[in-house]
Amino acid sequence: MIAFLQQYAFWIITIVKIALLLFIVLTVNAYLTWFERKAVAHIQSRWGPHRVGPHGLLQPAADGLKFLFKEDVTPAGVDRFVYYLAPFLSLMLSLTALAVIPFAPNPLPFKILGEHVYLWITNPDIGLLILFAITALSVYGIALAGWASNSKYSLMGGLRSSAQMISYELALTMSVVGVLLMANTFSLQSIIEQQANAKWGVGFLGWNIIAWTHQGLFFPQIIGFICFFTSAIAETNRAPFDLPEAESELVAGFHTEYSSFKFAMFFIAEYTAMITVSCLATILFFGGWLSPFASTPFWHFTYYIPSITLIPFGLWVIYDGLKYETIFGKLILPAIGFAMFAIGGALIALPAVNDYIQPIFWFTAKIFVFLFFYVWARGTLPRLRYDQLMNVGWKLLLPVSIANVIVTAGVVIARSYR
Amino acid sequence: MVPTQYYLVLSAILFGLGAVAFVFKRNIITIFMSIELMLNAVNLAFVAFSQAFGKVEGQVFVLFVIVVAAAEAAVGLGIIILIQRNRQSLNIEKVNLLKL
Amino acid sequence: MSPVLLIFFVLAGLAVLGALSLVLQKHPIHSALSLIVVMVCLAGLYLLMGAEFVAAVQIIVYGGAIMVLFIFVIMLLNAGAEERTDFSKLAKIAGLPLALALTASIAAAVVKPDPGVPAVTQVVIPNATEKISSMLFNEFVYPFELTSFLILVAILGALVLAQREKK
Repeated sequence: MIAFLQQYAFWIITIVKIALLLFIVLTVNAYLTWFERKAVAHIQSRWGPHRVGPHGLLQPAADGLKFLFKEDVTPAGVDRFVYYLAPFLSLMLSLTALAVIPFAPNPLPFKILGEHVYLWITNPDIGLLILFAITALSVYGIALAGWASNSKYSLMGGLRSSAQMISYELALTMSVVGVLLMANTFSLQSIIEQQANAKWGVGFLGWNIIAWTHQGLFFPQIIGFICFFTSAIAETNRAPFDLPEAESELVAGFHTEYSSFKFAMFFIAEYTAMITVSCLATILFFGGWLSPFASTPFWHFTYYIPSITLIPFGLWVIYDGLKYETIFGKLILPAIGFAMFAIGGALIALPAVNDYIQPIFWFTAKIFVFLFFYVWARGTLPRLRYDQLMNVGWKLLLPVSIANVIVTAGVVIARSYR
Repeated sequence: MVPTQYYLVLSAILFGLGAVAFVFKRNIITIFMSIELMLNAVNLAFVAFSQAFGKVEGQVFVLFVIVVAAAEAAVGLGIIILIQRNRQSLNIEKVNLLKL
Repeated sequence: MSPVLLIFFVLAGLAVLGALSLVLQKHPIHSALSLIVVMVCLAGLYLLMGAEFVAAVQIIVYGGAIMVLFIFVIMLLNAGAEERTDFSKLAKIAGLPLALALTASIAAAVVKPDPGVPAVTQVVIPNATEKISSMLFNEFVYPFELTSFLILVAILGALVLAQREKK
């Protein structure tokens, strides 16, 4: 038995990793919807979901159940094959994209079945190209959904989305070329590692957004980042670029005719794409898992930041939960709070675990900052008109990102002559 | 280990199917797509030879073919839109002004 | 059968099926989807051969740009299923045999073992991407610049063609 397991250790570990990643990402997705509704509500001076569970924390579960049990309507006159293919394609592609993202540099400190376990599913040399290839294909899900639904609103949404995604893909790709020129590689792991040699060892100076490394001459990629994130928001069809599903004009755009679980698949695909884009922005411009602080002994106290954030937050959650009137709130919130408190305490008590957790903590923290950006943009920015959208893509983002590439190339060449 | 011949046979089959589609299809867009299929078949042969000889020239040429295909698609689809606008049909048989 | 050969046969079979379905499907969108299947399979074959960069470019440009453009145009023109019309008599009688003969002759020409062609496509070219880029910007720099000119012309052409005439 053990021999059999060891023979196929690589496959078994990979499958388990995929299952785990799917579970984590789907959970994060569910709570991202909760977070989004809550944050947008507070931006608009509302309460947001607060009925199902304490602070509406069980709302995602209720939504999921609703999606599962709703009637699955297939409208008359649809192209059945394409109609069923579209949501599946969207979901599959956006989940596949996560496979190439490296979440932490070091393997787990212990071996499983005689193999090192790294925190990525695969780490190919052309990781970034694969991500772009998947992004390029993901337009089909939306375009085909719009076409197959046999509805004018859906068709308009599909048309808009395919035009929008082709246009912004150019700016998206060009804005990253600056980073690629400096990193000299397509491998996401090497791109992160290249950002580690910061000037004076001060972590965040080395990130590509500032790019101040030992090599002297530097050119911050802040313009590249702005172009990248703007076009990435457009690429994921999120506000203020959510014209394919502009509800005030197109009912719900490309997914008007989709109900029940097929709609949920589009929904999950969209949120997963948000997570992928946040990961990519973190990796390319914000140093991935690198800490923003220097790694000198003086700055060693920053290793306790995970604990310092977890312990007071856990205590506050316990306090808040005890105030709740419902039995459920009184039980579940203090339990969560105590878990946070315990994890925070354990991190202080076990320095080895704490050291290992650092990259993961910084990576996750940065991803959540970007996810918040997404929600923030949706809560505050008005939707662009279609011609404005095209103007921004073609006349602003594309030339600016090309200029960024040219200047970066100049700096890289000048560096090599010194 | 895949013999080079297999790739070449596959390339030939795809090219042949592309030629068949080019002759038999009546829709201009589909005819255009069959040209793309033939280009793809040729690309496959290029890459197979490139890998067999261990030289990257073939892959460089594939990049050129892809660029030309992209340019061709842009112009060709523009022409197709014009045909549809002028004749209200995508049937190749309806585009027969030069026929005697 | 080695796993590599198995993967080859799966991808090749899918590609041939996709190409067949391109011929047989009536609706242009279905034909376009079949063509996308062929292109993705070919990208897989490129990966199998070790040509990573070409595989990525194949999907990004062919799958992500050119075919999206096709689908966009099909959606824009709201193209319906293909109308069946009579072929010319020549095509009816000689079309399929000639096409088969073409395929067979090409296949026969390539199957005949040529001593000049290495038998196995598994040479790993080290730093292939780097070599491609340096070749593109050194030996092939004039054709490369020419393609940029070609694209510019294509952009202008598409603009002029698709523009509505102002009256």
